[in-house]
Amino acid sequence: MRIFVCLKQVPDTETRIQIKTDKSGIEESGVKWVMNPYDEYAVEEALKLRDAKGGGQVTVMSVGPKSRVTDSLRTAMAMGADDGIVIDSAGEQVDTFMAAKALSEAIKKEGAFDLVLTGRHAIDDNAASVPQILGELLNIPHVTVVSKITAGESMLVEREIEGGAREIFEVTGPCVLAANKGLNTPRYASLPGIMKAKKKPLKEMTLADAGVSSAQMKTRLKDFQLPPDKPAVKMLSGDAGAQAKELVRLLMEEAKVL
Amino acid sequence: MAKVFVFLEGNNQDLKKGSLELLTAAKASGREVVAGLVGPGVKALAPKAAHYGAQTTFVCDAAELGHYNPETFTDAVTAMVKDSGADVVLASSSVLARDLFPRVAARLDSGVASDCTILKLDGGTVTVRKPLYSGKCTAEVEFVNSPVKIVLMRPNQLPVGQPDAAATAQTKDFPAPAASGKIKTKDLVKGSSSKTDLAEANIIVAGGRGMGSAENFKQLEDLANALGATVGASRAVADAGWVPHSMQVGQTGKTVAPSLYIAFGISGAIQHLAGMSGSKVIVAVNKDGDAPIFQKATYGLVGDLFELAPKLTEEFKKALHK
Repeated sequence: MRIFVCLKQVPDTETRIQIKTDKSGIEESGVKWVMNPYDEYAVEEALKLRDAKGGGQVTVMSVGPKSRVTDSLRTAMAMGADDGIVIDSAGEQVDTFMAAKALSEAIKKEGAFDLVLTGRHAIDDNAASVPQILGELLNIPHVTVVSKITAGESMLVEREIEGGAREIFEVTGPCVLAANKGLNTPRYASLPGIMKAKKKPLKEMTLADAGVSSAQMKTRLKDFQLPPDKPAVKMLSGDAGAQAKELVRLLMEEAKVL
Repeated sequence: MAKVFVFLEGNNQDLKKGSLELLTAAKASGREVVAGLVGPGVKALAPKAAHYGAQTTFVCDAAELGHYNPETFTDAVTAMVKDSGADVVLASSSVLARDLFPRVAARLDSGVASDCTILKLDGGTVTVRKPLYSGKCTAEVEFVNSPVKIVLMRPNQLPVGQPDAAATAQTKDFPAPAASGKIKTKDLVKGSSSKTDLAEANIIVAGGRGMGSAENFKQLEDLANALGATVGASRAVADAGWVPHSMQVGQTGKTVAPSLYIAFGISGAIQHLAGMSGSKVIVAVNKDGDAPIFQKATYGLVGDLFELAPKLTEEFKKALHK
């Protein structure tokens, strides 16, 4: 079973975000980068599916600056992925279309495959677009927000929708699945795993190798701004009854949200 | 005249609030408004679309589209957008639209800006902004090399206009697309809640570890019912199994942007704030006046949660159900 897992590196949630003076992006020095949390579920699911089949190859891949995204690829290899592909963006802004295009071209170069796994969205830009675009470019189905996968002759895939309801799809042939929380519990990398990961093969390519250039960009992020300061909280006083009365009055007369 | 295509979603006999917001914005832009509806029985919603500004409504009303299927819905909506000739497409950032439109965009060789919170649309241009890094900053999403500009707007960000009951629209029927069979919708399993989903809710009452137990957590439902609100929870509560994960608000749960968010016994971990800081008005209720949630709150109440919750329920009932 050949499985590709697409990873993105994102700033750790605790990171303080600062804007570049020209407003073209965030100041990246001092940012702690981690694997996108949803991508960990994708890696775990790939390993489980491979091992349940009694063998195969899990290839982790990422588009981004080589010097840093390699860390997350090695983490995934330490969890148990077999090899990696890094597509070096070398500091260029890459939109969802360019990322999906680069990933699809790299996958096509590798040959036949059974499955592509991603996270349901990356917590930095919350675009939730790469899996679907990847499906379109590879001409295979996609399912997002996946909370359960049952592999067999065909695959049964559960997708979480409104109010905890689930849509169940039957997918035949290769597909792109975007993992939600709840799909599994990602394993931690073991120490021997970390040692082994250092020696696992990592292919390198550039955006140009993948046939991608900035001329293909469809959306560009610009004019980054910090949110306006919130006015200080208004603390209510008195006993429970008095506070409750006052809150209802404020919500109706001042905030006008009721 | 420039056109705008608005993808509409409805439940039962009504269009969703997010859809009405977008119709209102489309009407105000001065563009010709083409609306699109997909699913069995949706034709009944076409007059409603007209009341809020649609001049033409495209309808793909087929029994086999009763359950969402990414393949057939992509085919149906792509055909509608192409036929409309619109260069701007608006849809609400719903669970369905977020799955569907990136693929539609790729098929149209165009870009999609998802999870937007600011929309400026006029006869010639469209300008959108979205939050990034869990709301720690925002940026404009500029469309480049994108013949169709697809915008997914978070609900509850724009006003809904007054309906014009006399307005009518032409309707045009679209045939159901053929399915390849590579992906079939097998089943739909109902969820725990029939209320508006958290991601679209206008009012949310959320509880955290401070609620103490699964039993106590149920008290929030009375309060939510009094307000017509949807109930949410912090990660601690979902992980403890008091509520299903589908109710979790935060970084590994739902991102929400209601008009009113009431947080009960939620201390305000950064991962929780990441999911709800886009709320218009935040009320924090906590026994600890130093909890970090108060730094994000509009109004703060300090005291015993189990005294405050019933008092609030009573006051909301009095005020809203006279």
